[in-house]
Amino acid sequence: MIQLIELTVNGERHDLAIEPRRTLVDVLRHDLGLTGTHVGCEHGICGACTVLVDGAPARACLLFAAQVEGSEIRTVESLAEPDGTLNDLQQCFSEHHGLQCGFCTPGMLMLAEGYLAEEPEATKEEIREVVASNLCRCTGYQTIVEAIDDCASRRRAAFQDQLDRSTA
Amino acid sequence: MAEPPRRTPHLRRDGTWVGASVPRREDPRLLAGRGRFVDDIVLPGMLHAQFVRSTEAHAEIVSVDLSEVRAVPGVVAAYSATDLHLRDVTALLDRPPHEFVPTAMPVLARDRVRYVGEPVAIVVARDPYAVEDGVEAAIVEYAPLQPVVSDTAALAEGAPLVHAEAPRNTLVDVSLFATEGIDTIFDEAHTVVEVHTKTGRQNALPLETRGVVADWDDRDEQLRVQTCSQVPHQVRTVLAQCVGLDEKQVRVTVPDMGGGFGQKCVVGREEIAAAAVALRLRKPVKWIEDRRDALTAAFLAREQRYAVRAAFSAEGEFLALDADVVCDMGAYSCYPFTAGIEPLMASAEMPGVYKLPAYRVRGRAVTTNKAPTAPYRGVSRPQYVMVVERVFEKAARALGIDAVELRRRNVITVFPYKGVNNITYDPGSYLESLDLCEQTLRDEGWFSRRSEENRVIGIGFSCFSERTGYGSGAFAQRRMQVVPGFDISEIRMDLDGTVSVTTGTLSHGQSHETTMAQIVADRLGLPYDRVKIVQGDTDRITYGWGSFASRSITIGGSAVAAASVKLGDQLREIAAHLLEADVDSAELDGAGGVRVGDRSLSFADIADVAYLKAHLLPKGVGPGLSATASFDVGGDGTFSNATHGVVVELDPGTGGVEILRYVCVEDCGVAIHPQVVEGQARGGIAQGIAGALFEQVTYDDAGQPLAPSFMEYKVPTAAEIPDVRIEHLETPCAFTESGAKGAGEGGTIGAPAAVLNAVNDALRHTGVELDDTPVPREAIFRALEKA
Repeated sequence: MIQLIELTVNGERHDLAIEPRRTLVDVLRHDLGLTGTHVGCEHGICGACTVLVDGAPARACLLFAAQVEGSEIRTVESLAEPDGTLNDLQQCFSEHHGLQCGFCTPGMLMLAEGYLAEEPEATKEEIREVVASNLCRCTGYQTIVEAIDDCASRRRAAFQDQLDRSTA
Repeated sequence: MAEPPRRTPHLRRDGTWVGASVPRREDPRLLAGRGRFVDDIVLPGMLHAQFVRSTEAHAEIVSVDLSEVRAVPGVVAAYSATDLHLRDVTALLDRPPHEFVPTAMPVLARDRVRYVGEPVAIVVARDPYAVEDGVEAAIVEYAPLQPVVSDTAALAEGAPLVHAEAPRNTLVDVSLFATEGIDTIFDEAHTVVEVHTKTGRQNALPLETRGVVADWDDRDEQLRVQTCSQVPHQVRTVLAQCVGLDEKQVRVTVPDMGGGFGQKCVVGREEIAAAAVALRLRKPVKWIEDRRDALTAAFLAREQRYAVRAAFSAEGEFLALDADVVCDMGAYSCYPFTAGIEPLMASAEMPGVYKLPAYRVRGRAVTTNKAPTAPYRGVSRPQYVMVVERVFEKAARALGIDAVELRRRNVITVFPYKGVNNITYDPGSYLESLDLCEQTLRDEGWFSRRSEENRVIGIGFSCFSERTGYGSGAFAQRRMQVVPGFDISEIRMDLDGTVSVTTGTLSHGQSHETTMAQIVADRLGLPYDRVKIVQGDTDRITYGWGSFASRSITIGGSAVAAASVKLGDQLREIAAHLLEADVDSAELDGAGGVRVGDRSLSFADIADVAYLKAHLLPKGVGPGLSATASFDVGGDGTFSNATHGVVVELDPGTGGVEILRYVCVEDCGVAIHPQVVEGQARGGIAQGIAGALFEQVTYDDAGQPLAPSFMEYKVPTAAEIPDVRIEHLETPCAFTESGAKGAGEGGTIGAPAAVLNAVNDALRHTGVELDDTPVPREAIFRALEKA
């Protein structure tokens, strides 16, 4: 059976004819060519496939593409500028050596991006708890936590700076 | 206890790139989702492969019926062993028959299956969903045999044989050292301690599972294989032999790789089968291992049993060590290392960092009906270090000497030191790292917290050295018929003065694109981002050995450095000629050029002559700018070292272990990129802690895997792994061009011993000692309950 669905990914609309059993991560990677999102376990534990669905981190391996019609999907490809300039979170990952082989990295980035949008005041311990929802086999996690914490601090400082200037 | 703020300098103050934690060149693409891993590769008309895998641990194959598979919509073809006719994979040691029994590993199981998950047939279909439908339609009839599921069962009298040719299920049985008079030393020693320990089976578990894309290329008349492997040249060699092609008819390339940790440094039968089908169908075939297969059928590691005795004098002098090592290698020898990898490593290197006059060891590899094993980060050293460190803890208690003090009295301090195991150790900082590690924990106040009321806190240490790189000499001593070791690099300068360098090593997370470029940048005096590192392509790289055994920077980095120096000499010679000066007066200016006095030429100026104006070259100098150099570590190679110190707290209510503090003092010689070295240490420590506390592959009595998903196989998360304080010592290596000693495995080697010692320190008041890993939480609970 083939089903027609409409998917909005990184602000772009796509029409797809797919089997209903096709998972979101397979559609993203193989139908739309957005291979930044990775498949690590296909049972929702490792988090390598984490994307944002309406702003919230979700396991793309546990969702059928047909389930998220009408939602806004964001993948790792949406973070950097079109010219390749990395966003502040990506830059923090690089500065802190928060990645080695880079396989879990897109999932970690999207997890952090979604979480910090929700909880901009998150403490380092809270960040560590959230990072514990995804697996990394290379870093021992410390530098991932530090990168996200650093990014959160910088964002808070920038926001405070903006406030100060607007009230000055 | 805040860590000092991190700095990321672009260039060291002394102007060198080596030693600076420069931004990684891998990062932009990996962070933007533009990395290219094997499953990202799509070829026109590509088919998808999966395997019909054995559901039995040990059985005769009665029949394989694939007729219903072929009828599944989307399925293109299905093959069993009898359809494909591939040569077996057989790894060999050059040892007498009583020491080594070779075992052939068929690409697809032929008459018999020897573990659950063994590939029996391969199915290819037009899409990944259809291929799984196809696999489910296979009908395989088995006549079950009694499985052998543990090392003790394998060695038992009358046990069923996993391989008919291996009596007592023993593939390797070596007695390497037996110091004369050792029994007398034990008889007369003041104190003799015994340690019996068993370590759990583990999965190296790269986050990217194994995978391959293979295609026949008519233009090059080549089977083009893009695979997720640490050893592309060895894949080419074995693949060519198995399918009957010339080496030149196979090109193996490796795209970005999501980790390996040793599991991908052996040749997998699935990658051969998938490539063989691509060759037969003349169509692209992709196989991506799913996580269930990765957890049950991929190469495993680590399951070992030790029985050791150690003798000490009244003053605490380590006098003798007598060890019996049994390694459960699973169903087959891996290629190229064989089942000898673990027992031979343990036997040769067990004395570790300690002066030891008398040593006797027997090392055995037994075969069982479990997934076969491969090297895994550290290979045997996590285990034997744990055993020796337990020896020191027990001896310290028996002698009434502080355990750190007992180590201090026995670590090697005068180098080079020739060990009782015939290994010569190059200079290291064994004593210094121990002192600094202990002092750091003391300064942080942990020793006084050990006696806090109502808390069960323990402190543990481990001291170790690790031979890294392993030149051809060390592997030849092991008598492998395939002898890894050397590395060859070719460097080429292009017209614009930038260079490309090949390396036979292969990064799968270790940052070679950055660190190798730093080495070249210093040798030639040009910025590291003007150096391109070429790796993982058998058509572009002279035979290489890939990345394992912490060999990349020690050996690969040295080859890269040596080639760079040769190219530098060429540049100087041409520049001197063009400037009408003596070659000895020409020097690399450190800014991408050659200087003679106050005159200079840029590399681009020189390349312009070398390629476009060859008539201006000095007599006898040919056109072009390139050089080749090889490197092999001589003698016994080099040893990195470290001391790990751990503080744990035990939970009397659950038996749980929480790590309160982790300090690692490491010495890997010259650290090319300190941030990368720390990353390697932290990642390794996480894997070591997991092995000590919870990560384990288990089977039931019938040989069925009990941890086929992440629901059962516990991988450490950020919740279990503490922040790690790392202190660097630097004893530069005299044997390598780079001064580096290798840094990939130390974390994994040191962690289990330190954690286990800390747990036992916390249990000291209970009288219970635990020597197996993962540490049984129930045993901790019971001990604390009784206390």
